[in-house]
Amino acid sequence: MKHTSGRTAPRLPGGTGGRPPGRKARPHARYDGGFGHRAGGLAPYAFVAPAVVLYVLVLLIPVGYTIYLSLEKTKVSGLGLGLGGRKQVFAGLSNYSTALTDSAFLSSLLRVVIYSLILVPVMLGLALLFALLLDARRVRLQRFSRLAIFLPYAVPTVIATLLWGFLYLPTVSPFPSILSAFGLSMPNLFTTHVALLSVANIGVWGGTGFNMIVMYTALRAVPSELYEAARIDGASQTEIALRIKIPMIAPALVLTGVFSLIATLQVFNEPQTLSPLTNTISPDWMPLMRVYNLAFNDNNSYEAAALSVIIAAVMFVGSYFLLRVSNKRVFQGR
Amino acid sequence: MALTRVDGALTTAPSTAGRGKVRGHRGPDQRAAAVPTAILLLGAVYCLLPVAWVLVASTKNDAQLFNTFTFAPNGSLWANIRGLSSYAGGVFWHWMLNTALYAGGGALLSVVVSALTGYALAKLEFRGRSTLFNLLLAGVLVPPVVLALPQYLLLAKFGLTNSYWSVLLPSVLSPYGIYLARIYAMSAVPDEVIESARVDGCPEGTLFARIAGPMMTPGLVTIFLFQFVAVWNNFLLPFIMLSDENKFPITVGLFTLLNRGSSAPALYSLVVTGSLLSIIPLIILFLALQRYWRTDIASGAVKQ
Repeated sequence: MKHTSGRTAPRLPGGTGGRPPGRKARPHARYDGGFGHRAGGLAPYAFVAPAVVLYVLVLLIPVGYTIYLSLEKTKVSGLGLGLGGRKQVFAGLSNYSTALTDSAFLSSLLRVVIYSLILVPVMLGLALLFALLLDARRVRLQRFSRLAIFLPYAVPTVIATLLWGFLYLPTVSPFPSILSAFGLSMPNLFTTHVALLSVANIGVWGGTGFNMIVMYTALRAVPSELYEAARIDGASQTEIALRIKIPMIAPALVLTGVFSLIATLQVFNEPQTLSPLTNTISPDWMPLMRVYNLAFNDNNSYEAAALSVIIAAVMFVGSYFLLRVSNKRVFQGR
Repeated sequence: MALTRVDGALTTAPSTAGRGKVRGHRGPDQRAAAVPTAILLLGAVYCLLPVAWVLVASTKNDAQLFNTFTFAPNGSLWANIRGLSSYAGGVFWHWMLNTALYAGGGALLSVVVSALTGYALAKLEFRGRSTLFNLLLAGVLVPPVVLALPQYLLLAKFGLTNSYWSVLLPSVLSPYGIYLARIYAMSAVPDEVIESARVDGCPEGTLFARIAGPMMTPGLVTIFLFQFVAVWNNFLLPFIMLSDENKFPITVGLFTLLNRGSSAPALYSLVVTGSLLSIIPLIILFLALQRYWRTDIASGAVKQ
């Protein structure tokens, strides 16, 4: 692609340069000679062609194929021996009914909901707290802290999990010796219930910084006149934050909330990476781990496909609904 | 649209922009607030802790890793790096190069596709434009992780798994990147510029390559960074697609190393050193490109 060849292109002057003042842009103006306002006939189609081809190849066909697979099953005829003994037949909705009564799937579903309900509020709460502190007067070391808290976003979740995994291992971790100085011992971070928190901590560590920056950016866009008056009247920083700043950045809060929820429900990397370190994290621990396990260890791609469709449908409908509702309430409501 | 603001960048956010008062002297009102500063610092320490730990831990050999106090450095960093480099015939550096290829190459191709499509959706008129936009928007909501399984099964039918393209190709399409590029084209490329170029007889392709594309560059760097992180973080896709160790990205490589380490703990110090080496380039990239983290685009996007 000749994408970079434009480096030598003449930089067009910004602003109104070259145009008589007062003349408005006319996006739909027509010109003679070759180009109608259709902008060059087939050119737009050439521009979007790569994306359309890729969209069909890596998105549309796979989605269709998943739905197709979810309606199929393997039928074993005769003794099931040899190649001719097994064939793929229409299964109706039986994979779905199996999926919805699959206890491993259902308990992973429950687990991921609890996980999200812990992770998202803690992460966004911390992100909001730090964003407000970055925006507050009289707080020092803001630049350093902003960079430090954003840094984990540069670390891929698998690597982040490796780092935290070692910090959780009593034989390698610095925590036992620090804790023993206070007469405490290191708790086992991989027991059935604590493991969920251990995994959630990795999510909090990795996600707080990015959300903090989104909220901080929104805070900087709030005109200061809105709370200068309140400040002069003697309102405290806390009051200003609670009464003025937080309501003003509600759209950013809703947005980060929806996106965080979507991301946490798809959690796979952290528990999968931790699983070699502990037996607590079973191969079916989270819904996507269950899908992976079904497809690649049990060779049951049909039921795995049905699970994928269920997960995707819940996410799709849920996020669409959430974004619509929040659009109405938050974005147009003020 | 609130997209023309630039002060959302990480470092360049001017501390006084839009705030009426200039911070000249520090009156009684300007004293450092101890408790809020301490809370903020606590957050910073929490975020730096694992990175500091890996920095120290990579200086230890296996025995030291398990036996010495973990925040006291030792002198084995160089030996660890050599050990890692010689592991399985230097496969670690393969993983690093592969990661650069998948994340860097995938993000670069993705930016080109996103820029072309975003520009066309924002500035050109054609039949099916809004249909295409709505389809792409729906694509944003399809969880990419769920796509990995059918993508694998389909490619397996044609024997195309375990290839570089099997990881690269799904990474090139980014509905979110197209969405951002469209918004950026709308705000960064004025209609009259396009019009006057057309009057001068400039073909559409040249117009984009020479004029509109360069005008969109800052926004495209942001899209590159978002996509880079997305590919870099996508563990499931290469994990499913690849079986040849030489084609692994660093994440899958270190995971398999950790997996073997649970039966041979001697590999743990290699995993630790590998983790350190893998995040160094990324942290440098982040710090160097800080000003392009335009989250105002990302969040402002939905407000239009």
